[in-house]
Amino acid sequence: MDESMKVNIQDFERPLFVGKLICLAPIDREKDAEIESKWTHDASYQRMLDTEPARPLSPAQVKKKYAAIEKEMEEEKNRYYFTIRTLEEDRLVGFTRIAWISWSHGYGAIQIGVGDPNDRRKGYGQEALKLLLRFAFQEVNLHRINAQVPEYNRAAMNMFKKAGFVEDVRRREALNREGKRWDMIHLGLLRDEWESNLIP
Amino acid sequence: MNKNIFRGDLVRFTAEDPEVMGKTFSKWDRDSGFKRLLDDAPPMMWSSEKSKEWFEKDLEKEQNHSFFFMVRELEEDKLIGFVDLWVSWSQGDAWVGIGLGERDYWGNGYGTDAMRLMLRYAFTELNLHRVTLGVFEYNTRAQQSYKKAGFTLEGRLRSELLRQGKRWDILIMGILREEWLETNRQLLEN
Repeated sequence: MDESMKVNIQDFERPLFVGKLICLAPIDREKDAEIESKWTHDASYQRMLDTEPARPLSPAQVKKKYAAIEKEMEEEKNRYYFTIRTLEEDRLVGFTRIAWISWSHGYGAIQIGVGDPNDRRKGYGQEALKLLLRFAFQEVNLHRINAQVPEYNRAAMNMFKKAGFVEDVRRREALNREGKRWDMIHLGLLRDEWESNLIP
Repeated sequence: MNKNIFRGDLVRFTAEDPEVMGKTFSKWDRDSGFKRLLDDAPPMMWSSEKSKEWFEKDLEKEQNHSFFFMVRELEEDKLIGFVDLWVSWSQGDAWVGIGLGERDYWGNGYGTDAMRLMLRYAFTELNLHRVTLGVFEYNTRAQQSYKKAGFTLEGRLRSELLRQGKRWDILIMGILREEWLETNRQLLEN
């Protein structure tokens, strides 16, 4: 047998969902809803993530959202949603997901959010991204990952570029926030680009 | 202000009953070449009854974010395609999609005329700030048409598609309100 074909069982034992600071975990509908509701009362959180008008959500609304997410995961089978929790206290700090997966073309879109401003710039998002990319390329077997970042979200831009993402498209003036026009940036990472950056 | 914004030089926009649209889309579904220019999902074929059901459901919903028009050519008033616009009101941005199911009308300016009508609608009726579209790398006919209508290439989603055993980009194009105004001011002054 060719050496390279040999299966090393330890490769399969390597945890997909555990990093050094954080882990990826399922939703805890009751507890997480209380926390995420608080995050949405700071508009900056939602404004960094997407283009919908920011609005505060009650715990009941967040719970409903969780139910919808899991229903979609179950029925559409084209998305993966994880919460991000600290390893130390198993405390919820954010979420991450791959959505809009096209199985026939092998692409998907990722999003990462760290809710509490005090939890940002601690490397939680960066580590979650690392885990998610490995999941996307080695488990879901995608060919390309998309991410959309508003021009004003510098931290996210830096994080994605550090992970090897390339700016593919700049949709000029696609956003209107704080009375100003901003570009929406579409980033992309291809499987071979990710593999060539990989530190074993 | 008396100009009919639903009528161009070659085509006009119409609203059709679910029955008519169901039959039409079910017929167009059988053209895989058309479907592979239109959408990246593996083409599915639906009965006219199923298509009709979707359009009937649309009747129940308020269409605040989607502006969908059927396209008829002016000479024989034949149904040849559709245009659809999805609007983000808070950002003033919209994605547009267009398809001519009748191949006889490809490459003769009908699509460009329909797109021009849609842009006029987007900028003078909906008062949007910009319009976006995505087009497949192998669909060069459409790319030319969009350029003629005033769109600018804003980038490429590299290697997003896998078709005929090859990887292809999706091109993203956009047009800003002021760009549209520069070349279409006369439409407003008449």
